Amino acid sequence: MKGEASMHGVVNWAVHFFMLDEGPLIWLSDFLIICASLGIVVVLTKFRLWKWLWDEWLTTVDHKKIGIMYMIAAILMLFRGGTDGLLMRAQLAWPNMHFLSADHYDQIFTTHGTIMILFMAMPAIIGFFNVAVPLQIGCRDVAFPYLNAISFWLFFFAALLFNLSFVVGGSPDGGWTSYPPYVENQFDPGPGENYYLVALSITGIGTIATGINFLVTILRMRAPGMTFMRMPMFTWSVFVTSVIILFAFPVLAVALALLLIDRDFGSHFFTVDGGGAPMQYVNLFWFWGHPEVYIVILPIFGLMSEVISTFSHKRIFGYSAMVVSMVAIAILSFVTWVHHFFTMGAGPGVNSFFGVSTMAIAIPTGVKVFNWIFTMHKGRLEFKTAMLWSLGVIPNFLIGGLTGVMLAVPPADYQYHNSYFLIAHFHYTLIGGTVFGVFSGLYYWWPKMFGVLLNEKLGRWHFWTFMIGFNICFFPQFFLGFMGMTRRMYTYPAGYGWGVVNLISTIGAFLMGVAFIIFVYNILWSARYGERDLTGDPWDGRTLEWATTSPAPHYNFAIIPTVKGRDAWWLMKQNGESINGPKGVPFRPIHMPNNSGRPFIMSALFFIMGAGFVFQWWILAIIGFVGVLISMAQRSFEYDDSHYIPVEEIEKTEAAAGRL
Amino acid sequence: MVSLSIVVCKRGAPRKFRNRQDRRETKATMKPKGRRVGGLIALIGFTVLALTGCDSPTYWPVLSPQGPVARSEYYLIIYSFILMLLVVLAVFILFFWVIIKYRARPDNADYVPPEIEGNAKLETLWTVIPILVVIALAIPTVAVTYKLVYPPKVEAATAKIVGKSITIDVISEQWKWVFKYPAQNIETVNYVNIPAGVPVDFELTSSGPMNTFWVPALGGMEFTMPNMNLKLWLEADHPGSYLGRGAQYSGRGFAHMTFTVNALSPTDFENWVKSVQQTAPKLTKQAEAQINRPGLIGKLTFSSTTPE
Repeated sequence: MKGEASMHGVVNWAVHFFMLDEGPLIWLSDFLIICASLGIVVVLTKFRLWKWLWDEWLTTVDHKKIGIMYMIAAILMLFRGGTDGLLMRAQLAWPNMHFLSADHYDQIFTTHGTIMILFMAMPAIIGFFNVAVPLQIGCRDVAFPYLNAISFWLFFFAALLFNLSFVVGGSPDGGWTSYPPYVENQFDPGPGENYYLVALSITGIGTIATGINFLVTILRMRAPGMTFMRMPMFTWSVFVTSVIILFAFPVLAVALALLLIDRDFGSHFFTVDGGGAPMQYVNLFWFWGHPEVYIVILPIFGLMSEVISTFSHKRIFGYSAMVVSMVAIAILSFVTWVHHFFTMGAGPGVNSFFGVSTMAIAIPTGVKVFNWIFTMHKGRLEFKTAMLWSLGVIPNFLIGGLTGVMLAVPPADYQYHNSYFLIAHFHYTLIGGTVFGVFSGLYYWWPKMFGVLLNEKLGRWHFWTFMIGFNICFFPQFFLGFMGMTRRMYTYPAGYGWGVVNLISTIGAFLMGVAFIIFVYNILWSARYGERDLTGDPWDGRTLEWATTSPAPHYNFAIIPTVKGRDAWWLMKQNGESINGPKGVPFRPIHMPNNSGRPFIMSALFFIMGAGFVFQWWILAIIGFVGVLISMAQRSFEYDDSHYIPVEEIEKTEAAAGRL
Repeated sequence: MVSLSIVVCKRGAPRKFRNRQDRRETKATMKPKGRRVGGLIALIGFTVLALTGCDSPTYWPVLSPQGPVARSEYYLIIYSFILMLLVVLAVFILFFWVIIKYRARPDNADYVPPEIEGNAKLETLWTVIPILVVIALAIPTVAVTYKLVYPPKVEAATAKIVGKSITIDVISEQWKWVFKYPAQNIETVNYVNIPAGVPVDFELTSSGPMNTFWVPALGGMEFTMPNMNLKLWLEADHPGSYLGRGAQYSGRGFAHMTFTVNALSPTDFENWVKSVQQTAPKLTKQAEAQINRPGLIGKLTFSSTTPE
C-alpha cells in the first residue's frame, strides 16, 4: 500500500514537473524534441560520425568553424523564436481567442523576446565576428582561440538550458525584460524565472569573453601596414561593439545575479518588502539593455558598408565620417537608457535630458544612411541577394529609427509606452535592421564559410516574401498603438476595431514564416546543386577575406600579407599582386593552437551547475561548480597547447589552391 | 576541407540565359522599381489620411484627445510625425533615385565607377540639417515635458492651480484597480468617477507588481510601484465615459485589468458622491481581503476607505 502511494506521488510529481497536464502544446513539443534528438543520434551513429563530430567540431578552436557553429545555432533559434512569434500572432488574430491560455501566451512572449535577442541576434552577430574578422585583418585566428571556444559552448549550453524550460518545469513568464517585483518568488514562484536568470548569466560570461577576445585581436593582430584607418568597416564595427560589450554586459551580470540571489536565497534587493527597490533593477537592466541593441546593430552597419561598397564596385563614401559616427553612436548609446521608462516619474529634468540624448543618436545614424546612398551614387549596382538584404535595411531601419525619435519625446511616450506603437518601432529596427542584416551577411559570406553559393533566384523569393510579409505584419501595429492596444495582452476584447488590424498583422507574420521556409530550402538546395565557389572571390570583393580560398585553409594565410591601403585586396588586385606576396618567398612552419575538448566539457558542467540553481538542487549546483573549477585549474597547468603546421602541408594546400 | 563536404555535390544547372536578349527580355518582365515607389507613396498617403481622419475616442483614443493633457501630448505626436515624415520622404526619394539610376544594366557593363573618398560640403550639410531638425523637435519637447508636471490650467505667473482640483489615490492590485477618494472618504474598484472640467490629481501606487495607469483618451500613462507614490494630472474636457487599462504586464490576469473613467458634470459628481456616502456599504476586512486576493472582480463601491 505504501509502495503504491509513493509510486503515485512520483507519477504526480513527474506529471506536474513535465507539465504533462497542460495540453497539446506541451505534448507536441515533447514529441518534436524526442524525435529531433533521436534523429541526430541515429544519423551520427549510422554514418559513423561521432569521432568526426568530436574531432572537427566539438573540440575545435578554429574561429572559422566556431563562426559556422554560431550561425547554425542562430538559424535554429530564429526558427524557435519565430515559431513563438507565429503562435502569438495566431492567438491574437481575432478578439477573445483561446488558442493559447494566458499562462502559455505569457511564457511564449517571454521566450520569444529572450531567444530572439540573446540566442538569435547575439550568436548571429558574434558568428559574423568569427567568420570574418581574423580574415579581414590578415591574421591566423583570434587572440585567444581556446577562450573563443568557451564563449561558443557557454552560449550553446545556456541556450539548451533555456529552451528546455518549456517542457521541464515551465518557461519564464515575466517578459524578456523580467521586471521585479512581479518576477520575485512572491508573485512568480517556480523554476521558470530562474531559467531566465541562469541561462542569461551563463551566456553573458561567454559574450564578455568574446568582447575581450575581439578587442585584443583587433588591437594586436592586424597584418603589417593595416593601420586603424585602413581597417575594413566591418572590423571597425566589431572593434566598437567589443568596447560596448565590455562596458554593458557586466551591468547585466550584476542585475541578474542580485535577482537570482533574491529568488534563491531570500534577499531583498528588488522585493516589495524588506527595503527592496524594484525600480533599481529597471535602471540596471536598461543601462545594459540600451547599449545591447546597439551591439546588435552596429556590426550590421559595418557589414552594410562592406556589401554596399562591394556590389556598387565603389569604395565607401566618407570612411572617416563612418568611423566617427560609429564611435559617436557607441558613446551616445550609454546615455539614453532612461527612455525605456520615461513613465516612471523621473521628473522633467531627467526625462528631458534623456529625450534629447535619444534624439541625438539619430544624427550619426543619419550620416551613415547618407554615406551609403552616396557610395551607391555613381556606382554600378549589382542586385545580388546579399545586396538586396542590405538595401532593404535602409527603408525599414529608417522607419524604425524615426519612430524611435517620435518615441524619444517624453510626453508622447507617455501615450506610446508599452503600446503596439513601441512594438512596431522595435521590430522595425530589430528585424528591419538586425535580421535583414544577418540575412545579408549570410548570403554574402556563405561561399566563404561553405565553399558554395546560395541560389540567387531562391534568394530573391526569400527576400521579397520576407520584406512584404514583415511590412504587412508590423506597419499596422503602429496604428494599434494609437488605438490603445497594449503589449503582452494574451487576448483583447471586441468593439475597439483591433480585430481587423491584428488579422492583417497575423497574415504578414505567416508570410515571414513562408520566407523562412524558402530560406531553409535554399540552404538544402544549394548544398546539393549550388554553384561552387572555385576562386574564393565570387563577388569581386575588396577586403582580405576574399583573398583566401573558399573555405579558407586552416591557417588562413600561408604568408601574412602586407597591407598598403584601405580595401587591401582590391588594391592587390589592381596592382596584380598575389596574396602570398612576390614569388620565391619560402613558407615557414605555422604556429597554430591545439584543439581541446575542455571548453565543451566545462560548458556542460556550467549547464549542470545552472540546472542546480534553477531547481535549487544544491548538490547538483556544487558538483557543477567544482567541475568548472577543476577544468579551469587543468587549463592553468596546460603548457603544451599548440603545434606547428609543417611546410610540406602548407605547400600542398597552396598548390591545390593554385598559388604556388 | 573534408569536414565541410559531407553532402554530395552535383553539378546541377540553375537556369542560364541563352544570350543577352534572353536576359533583357526576362528582366523586362520583372516589376519595375517605379511601381514599387508608387506603392510606397500610397502607403504613406494612406497613413497620413488615416491619422487625420481619426476622431473617435473609442477607436482612436490617442488621436482624439478628450482633455488638455492628452491634447498637449497629441500636438507633440503630430508635430514629431510631420518632421519625421519630411525626413523619410527626403531619404526615400534620394534612395530610390540612386538605386534606379545607377543599377547595373547590360549597356553599362564596361562602366568603371570613380573612386570617390567623400565630399566635405555634402557631409557637413547632412550633419547640420539633422541637428537642426533635432533642435526643432527638442525645444517644444522640453517645454511640454516641464508643463505636464503641473496641473492643467495653472496661472502662468504663480504656477498655482486655477480653481478646484480633486485628489484620487490609485492602487493597482492583481488584477484590479482600486480608487480611494480621501476628501470624500469613498472607494470604488474598477471604475472611477471624476468631475469634468476639473483637474484630477491621481496619486499612483501599487500593492503588488508594478503596473501603469493609462487612460489614453485623457492623457499618457504613469507607473504604479509598491512603496512609491507618483503623481499624474489628468482632466476631462466634458462628461463622457473613457476606457482605462493597465499597461504593464503583471501576470496572467493582466490583459483584463481594465477600468472605466466616467467624467460627470460637477453637479452630477457631487450628487453621486453623496449617494455613495449614504447608500454604499462600508469597506470591511473581508472585502479588503477579497480585493487583495489575486483574481478578477467586477465593479465595487464603498463608503469608506479603510477596512474595519
